Amino acid sequence: MANNAQVNNNEEYAIQLINMNKWYGDFHVLKDINLNVKEGERIVICGPSGSGKSTVIRCINHLEEHQKGQIIVNGEEITGDVKQLERLRTDVGMCFQHFNLFPHLSILDNLTLAPIWVKKIPKAEAEATAMKYLERVKIPDQALKYPGQLSGGQQQRVAIARSLCMDPKIMLFDEPTSALDPEMISEVLDVMIELANEGGMTMLCVTHEMGFAKKVADRVIFMDAGQIIEENNPEEFFNNPQSERTQLFLSQIIDH
Amino acid sequence: MYVTDKILPELPAPSNSKGLIHWLKTNLFNGPFNTLFTLLAAYVLYKVIPPAIEWAFIDATWFAETSGECKLENGDRKDGACWAFITNRFDQIMYGFYPEAERWRPNLAGIMLVLLTIPLFFEKTPKKAWLGGFILVIFPFIAFVLIRGGYFGLEAIDTGKWGGLMLTLIISLVGILFALLFGTILALGRRSSMPIVKSLSVVFIEFWRGVPLITVLFMSSVMLPLFLPEGTTFDKLARAMIGIILFQSAYVAEVVRGGLQAIPKGQYEAAAAMGLSYWKSMFLVILPQSMKLVIPGLVNTFIALFKDTTLVLIIGLFDLLAIIENVLGSDNAWLGFHTEGLVFAAFVFWLFCFGLSRYSMALERKLDTGHRN
Ligand SMILES: Nc1ncnc2c1ncn2[C@@H]1O[C@H](COP(=O)(O)OP(=O)(O)OP(=O)(O)O)[C@@H](O)[C@H]1O
Ligand SMILES: [Mg+2]
Repeated sequence: MANNAQVNNNEEYAIQLINMNKWYGDFHVLKDINLNVKEGERIVICGPSGSGKSTVIRCINHLEEHQKGQIIVNGEEITGDVKQLERLRTDVGMCFQHFNLFPHLSILDNLTLAPIWVKKIPKAEAEATAMKYLERVKIPDQALKYPGQLSGGQQQRVAIARSLCMDPKIMLFDEPTSALDPEMISEVLDVMIELANEGGMTMLCVTHEMGFAKKVADRVIFMDAGQIIEENNPEEFFNNPQSERTQLFLSQIIDH
Repeated sequence: MYVTDKILPELPAPSNSKGLIHWLKTNLFNGPFNTLFTLLAAYVLYKVIPPAIEWAFIDATWFAETSGECKLENGDRKDGACWAFITNRFDQIMYGFYPEAERWRPNLAGIMLVLLTIPLFFEKTPKKAWLGGFILVIFPFIAFVLIRGGYFGLEAIDTGKWGGLMLTLIISLVGILFALLFGTILALGRRSSMPIVKSLSVVFIEFWRGVPLITVLFMSSVMLPLFLPEGTTFDKLARAMIGIILFQSAYVAEVVRGGLQAIPKGQYEAAAAMGLSYWKSMFLVILPQSMKLVIPGLVNTFIALFKDTTLVLIIGLFDLLAIIENVLGSDNAWLGFHTEGLVFAAFVFWLFCFGLSRYSMALERKLDTGHRN
């Protein structure tokens, strides 16, 4: 557990959180979060509801603003500067619990929107890339449909493909399967496992899918009450949890 | 225990139509109370509709050189409507005091607008966005130069001479276009995280919503000149239009704001997380969705705007209603055909409003991708 991180301009860290603190009004939601994520590392974050998991990963792409400490992504400290944000967000993809596809656009247009308008990629090229990723998530035949016509599992796979179209170095997942019916969870997890096994992509995933964590995670992080309580490799984490709270938490969730 | 390996076939849904008698029974005569109302309504309609048809169509005089043809020997008016009053003065009802020789100019502008707009309704038209942009940005200048003149050897025609349905349509179209534009900007401003932008928008909206349009028009024609330097003239029509636009944009802003609020937070976040800037996420993601939601409210506002254009009468502009009421109504050659004028004006206003309403319904259906987040 190496939590005494320092500013380290070493390129190999994709993400560094250094003594990060955040408040919602008077509510201290994140307390001294320290985390170094190496390039290509796959990290699973778990913990009880309200522990601040979402808030951590939303701070990384600046959907939420932290008030104290530092966040360094790809060697650059996040300041909230508009130009920097645009750069940051093309490098950091995010998948949400509720997919958040754009319902007024076809699947293909959902996928090409940001490449065309942010990265200024020509339409034909963006569409070719989009089809490539739709094939990877195994739904190329849905390209011309609208999000509302797809099942939850398909929508989430589209959302993953949409993020991949921006060719991000880092992917953030916020409980990508917890809004899905059981039979759709595995189709989404399969896509994520494939993505993880390809390597190269830094992944931060908030999830309670412990099977997924065991299969692909390099490290598992357990949060409670705005703090990182425990952090370990999956084997140790699941078989030999150190803190009482972790033990309690693990005993409560159903192991898949 | 129960188990089956029989797969049931798909059957067509049972049909709901069980014939006319069934329909009548369930809709008009189900119970003594409804039967009574049905009969009463039928009686009222019988008393009203045939005489109205007789007046408006059967006994009507459609064309005449003088009002005499609409009157009996003794000078009383005939029983039927005297549409000749309208047909005889049709040109003036359409154009006001716009010189007859130059009327091809507004006609040309109108035809151009229609021809440019038609392709927008077809799925297959290429570069629709450019065409739409042309109509919204470039065409107004062309139309202005054509109708106002003063350039390219076109005789300048003072806006004071514009009138009739032409004026009504010009004020409405320009009003709708700019009210939509400013209203949308105001709505975004009111939801801005920047306190100054936000308060300015709130103050603006609350001010213009709080004053009656008639006051705005009076002020624009009576008070505005007091603030302008001596001797500067500011076109009366332009003043009226600015008043109407500012007034209506406050209403549009509140309608649009309702739509913005209905878009789930996740949409804003997803757009932001993809690196779209504020304006891009608004124009590409948020506004297309919220505008679709507020079509009914917007149409409501536009219909109100269209009918409110009649108020320009009080500052001395002669729109459709003003021409019929004030100009033709005091025309000695055609005294006493007030009703026909009003019925005709009402019909024209109704026709446009109804058309707008129908179009908006079709638009809603077309934009419905079926499903919300
Ligand atoms: N916008 C907000 N304003 C105030 N409090 C908030 C806000 N968003 C989250 N919180 C609070 O911050 C805490 C952490 O929220 P967060 O969403 O990060 O939890 P989480 O660990 O992701 O929980 P879950 O498993 O339920 O998603 C919660 O107590 C939550 O109520
Ligand atoms: Mg969460």
